[in-house]
Amino acid sequence: MGVALTRSAQWTAAGHGAKTLEVTPLNEAIVKEIIMFVESFIYKYPQEANYVFVEPLEWKTNLDPSAFGSGYAVSGTTVKSEEVDKNGEPLLYLSVPQIKIRSFGQLSRMLYIAKNMKLKEAQACIEANRNPVAKILGLDYNIISEEIGNSFVSNILDKITKDDDSESEIKMKIALQLKQLDLHLLNHSLKHISLEIRLNPGTVKNDIELLKQFSGKGKQTVLESIEYTSDYEFSNGCRAPPWRQIKGEICYVLVKPHDAETLCVTCSKEGVFLNGGKTDDEGQINYERKGEIYKDLVTLLKEKSAIFSENMSKQEIKFSEQPQKDQPNEAPKEEVAITHKASVTSRKSTQEKNRINLGRSQLTKRLEPSLNWRTSVSSKESRNTLRDTQVEKHGGKLEKSRSSVSPGRAQLIRKSVEKIEEIISDSSSESEEDEEQPDHRQEANADLPSEYWQIQKLVKYLKGGNQTATVIALCSMKDFNLAQETCQLAIRDVGGLEVLINLLETDEVKCKIGSLKILKEISHNPQIRRNIVDLGGLPVMVNILDSPHKSLKCLAAETIANVAKFRRARRVVRRHGGITKLVALLDCGKHSGEPAQSSLYETRDVEVARCGALALWSCSKSYANKEAIRKAGGIPLLARLLKTSHENMLIPVVGTLQECASEENYRAAIKAERIIENLVKNLNSENEQLQEHCAMAIYQCAEDEETRDLVRLHGGLKPLASLLNNTDNKERLAAVTGAIWKCSISKENVTKFREYKAIETLVGLLTDQPEEVLVNVVGALGECCQEHENRVIIRRCGGIQPLVNLLVGINQALLVNVTKAVGACAVEPESMMIIDRLDGVRLLWSLLKNPHPDVKASAAWALCPCIQNAKDAGEMVRSFVGGLELVVNLLKSDNKEVLASVCAVITNIAKDQENLAVITDHGVVPLLSKLANTNNDKLRRHLAETISRCCMWGRNRVAFGEHKAVAPLVRYLKSNDTNVHRATAQALYQLSEDADNCVTMHENGAVKTSFSKYQPMVCVITKPCEHGSRAIGNYIENIRHPGDKSKSFADHNKTVT
Amino acid sequence: MDQKVLKRLVESISKSVNSFKKSEIECFIRIFHNVVGRGDVKLANVGLDRNTFRVILHSIFGMTDDVLMNRVFFAFDKDNDNYINVKEWVKGLSVFLRGTFEEKLKFCFEVYYFNGDGYISRERIYDMLKNSLHQQSPEEETDEGIRELVDIALKKMDYDNDGRISFADFEKAVKEDRLLLEVFGPCLPDAKVQWQQRIGLGEIFKDLKRNPC
Repeated sequence: MGVALTRSAQWTAAGHGAKTLEVTPLNEAIVKEIIMFVESFIYKYPQEANYVFVEPLEWKTNLDPSAFGSGYAVSGTTVKSEEVDKNGEPLLYLSVPQIKIRSFGQLSRMLYIAKNMKLKEAQACIEANRNPVAKILGLDYNIISEEIGNSFVSNILDKITKDDDSESEIKMKIALQLKQLDLHLLNHSLKHISLEIRLNPGTVKNDIELLKQFSGKGKQTVLESIEYTSDYEFSNGCRAPPWRQIKGEICYVLVKPHDAETLCVTCSKEGVFLNGGKTDDEGQINYERKGEIYKDLVTLLKEKSAIFSENMSKQEIKFSEQPQKDQPNEAPKEEVAITHKASVTSRKSTQEKNRINLGRSQLTKRLEPSLNWRTSVSSKESRNTLRDTQVEKHGGKLEKSRSSVSPGRAQLIRKSVEKIEEIISDSSSESEEDEEQPDHRQEANADLPSEYWQIQKLVKYLKGGNQTATVIALCSMKDFNLAQETCQLAIRDVGGLEVLINLLETDEVKCKIGSLKILKEISHNPQIRRNIVDLGGLPVMVNILDSPHKSLKCLAAETIANVAKFRRARRVVRRHGGITKLVALLDCGKHSGEPAQSSLYETRDVEVARCGALALWSCSKSYANKEAIRKAGGIPLLARLLKTSHENMLIPVVGTLQECASEENYRAAIKAERIIENLVKNLNSENEQLQEHCAMAIYQCAEDEETRDLVRLHGGLKPLASLLNNTDNKERLAAVTGAIWKCSISKENVTKFREYKAIETLVGLLTDQPEEVLVNVVGALGECCQEHENRVIIRRCGGIQPLVNLLVGINQALLVNVTKAVGACAVEPESMMIIDRLDGVRLLWSLLKNPHPDVKASAAWALCPCIQNAKDAGEMVRSFVGGLELVVNLLKSDNKEVLASVCAVITNIAKDQENLAVITDHGVVPLLSKLANTNNDKLRRHLAETISRCCMWGRNRVAFGEHKAVAPLVRYLKSNDTNVHRATAQALYQLSEDADNCVTMHENGAVKTSFSKYQPMVCVITKPCEHGSRAIGNYIENIRHPGDKSKSFADHNKTVT
Repeated sequence: MDQKVLKRLVESISKSVNSFKKSEIECFIRIFHNVVGRGDVKLANVGLDRNTFRVILHSIFGMTDDVLMNRVFFAFDKDNDNYINVKEWVKGLSVFLRGTFEEKLKFCFEVYYFNGDGYISRERIYDMLKNSLHQQSPEEETDEGIRELVDIALKKMDYDNDGRISFADFEKAVKEDRLLLEVFGPCLPDAKVQWQQRIGLGEIFKDLKRNPC
């Protein structure tokens, strides 16, 4: 207990007579522990409780004599216990206000009597008896209790042998108990201390500086003012006078919150509290503590000022987007700093401080936009020697968080403003680009590589040197491995990016060249790209494109090509007129008349054009930029460059064209500029990348029939077919197969491909290829399958099995193509057998459940030939459990293509009477009738066919009439599509077997329509379609003789049943 | 000036200087003549003294560094007689304005090495770079900074690690990175002038003709 009391308990200032325990959480905890010990003593060790202390514990009490009850003799102002020692002296003697107690038993009772004044009494007791152990056990025992372990045990034995009486044994036991209590108290207080926040001058100063930044007039600030009472700072960072420093006080601050009087605050190592304030006359501070101790200034102020608390939380929210990613890196660093100071700080407060620091750095940036902020920090660093570790770390952190905060925040603002535009101006082909991802920083506490420091030194020369020094530093910086992320980020983290971009705005050509050479390299890093854009580097580079120096133009264009890999950058380029300037670079022939004067730092015109194309390629990934390139007259220039034979030039040119060809406008222009010819020519190049881009461009352009013909006429199909044999380069293979797919939409091209044996090769590519390739291969096969010969080839090469296998995929584009191809194959009865054997129909049928309408429609179309050509089709269809219901329900879809395809499927299903009965039960008639009011000719045609088919069962004819399907059908006759007419005529014929329907048709002028207005049409259609003409004839007959209707209806019924 | 003498002079100079047309050479001779301001004296024996030349370097080619301007003067003054005669003038200008890369390389190296042993020593580099840092920090720090800069430059250019830069070193470094041609300070007309000269050499000297210095 002694040790705990002397070492851990926090006593007020030494050397002032009676010491008192401070009211701190720690002391309170210690006293409480002691009380618990004493209170339980009487129960745990009844024998020892009777032990009489060597000396009484004596102190001034506040207890009233009247509180003592039985067991005590109370007389006026004195109380004596009835319990006495050997000599008859009472063990408790109270003579107001002095109390003397001589046993644990009495101590326990006293505490019991004291009730809620326990704490005060115990504290008074401890304060008055600085060495209770000595008083209780005598001086020699006091010494023992200071010792520990073995020596203590041996001492006990010693004592026992020496005294050998019961009293010393009891003493021993008590001594042991006290010893245990002591240990317990020490452990306990350690726990408390570890929770305690120890402030040091560094953290206090940081807090105050931070708050100063946020202070001032106005509602937004957190405080009106905050200042030190003393301007003088001691070398250890404290501002308190030395005699107060002894007490752990660091400095005194006058704080004026918005909503309270000026507060005079003491910052000490233990925490922050209000003091007695500054006396006006002498300027002296009343150092006495006047309030609670808070863990730091911010907590105190939050307590004292509502406005402070409110505004502070706003600030925190503002910057809270950042800390999450920064903290993990910085927290360990902070910890290092703190353990260095040998004080234990809770993690929580560390993070809080971090957040404040972030806020601060943000602010620093706002206040000092120039580069000077850095020097101001470093000068502070050098001023304070003692706080080196702390401040230096903070300085480093400042720098880091500064550059990390700005991009994030800037992005946020821009994003919200221009989000919509971004979405619009987006191109479909942006999948490969790097979208804005969170910055990742180098591990702050990891050992920084030596490059970091070397680069930092070089950046110093860039900042502080003249042109000569700058050029040397730039050349030297280029020697670092700039492709390595460490170096790239090091340049940024030491503030090099700002300087490099600043250099671009100077007049010094050499500096600009040097700077661009570095920027060009490091802008391969996605993070750096964003930083460059955030620092406003792009407009400067765009301006450089106007420079008379070709090498400058080149470098600027190349850097733009690297930076413009994400859409915000591309937009910036466009907004600053960069596209026009880049297009102008392409015009390399313009100056050819000039003498070939090769200046020192110059490069060739071709190179300029190449760099321009490179930058345009990057930029062309945004829709708006494609437009801008076209408007700036880029297409003819690109077409001209395409005639060159430099691969370096061709790749970016073709790349740009390929990006742009996604636009209709471009395709027209590309045709007009005779670009296809050159694309085809370059397919024969040796360069795989060039081949890839050419094939890709053809793929994009071949949507148009004329272009497809051009490709064939220029002999492009053969190289495409031969490129299929090289399957190692998957990107190129995808592009080539894509081009083949689109080209094979034209029949003549398919014939050529067959000649080149491309179909066999394509079948070979159906397995073990990535999906991008498969989609194109299957698409191409689907087109080829439209011809009988090719279907035979595919079957012979064993192409059906892999195609059917692909029906289980999930890629939507692939499924659309596969179903189409399988459907096309199913037209051949022989192929159909294979498909049936592989259970392909079931797979197709289950694709009707696919969520995507394109897949549904495509699968439905594919099912039609399957049902047509399958043996026992009716039986097969019925075997699909729930299949018919599924099909009928698809009539509820709102996609016209799906509806048309499903109608076609139903037409085929209904050929089987049994199945027709089933779908009738599923309510196909009302669903079809509901669809009748449509303008879509494709749907009309298939719908009419289905209706005529469905009329074959039961009273469906009547039902169609009841569901008002007849009148709309009559109107189909006004359509311009002969297929619709034919199908409608058949449907009307079937419907006309019901007398009521005939009436409806008559009312809607069917006869008139078909005879007068569309008579020529009817004549035309009757020729090719014998069946159709008969149908028309029949139904006209039916209408003319409605009287016969019931008879013929009855006849019909007879035949059916 | 006697036309015949002039013609003869042009002829003789044009044999050794290829990059200028005869008309241009004539123009330069006239300028030289104007600047020297003593048309009557035999041209072969007079020349530009250092100060006049420096004024030209400063006003036309935008050079500011005194040390380097002196150096350029000595590089022009092939016969070391402290005067630039008319032949040296035209020859020097041909390198200066239209020199090939190799010619300029040699010229710059000559300007930089100066003490005649064919090497640019560490001390020489220090001398040339000593004004290259803006005086912000105390002198000692600047000094330290310059020493480090010299180290950086040497590390970059001293391929054979003998602590000095030989012509081979210089050539190799500059060929690798042309920015290093004027590594120790500007000694060629700066890029702006180079670009202007495409418009016409005469333009540059127009001012000079009008008011000879």
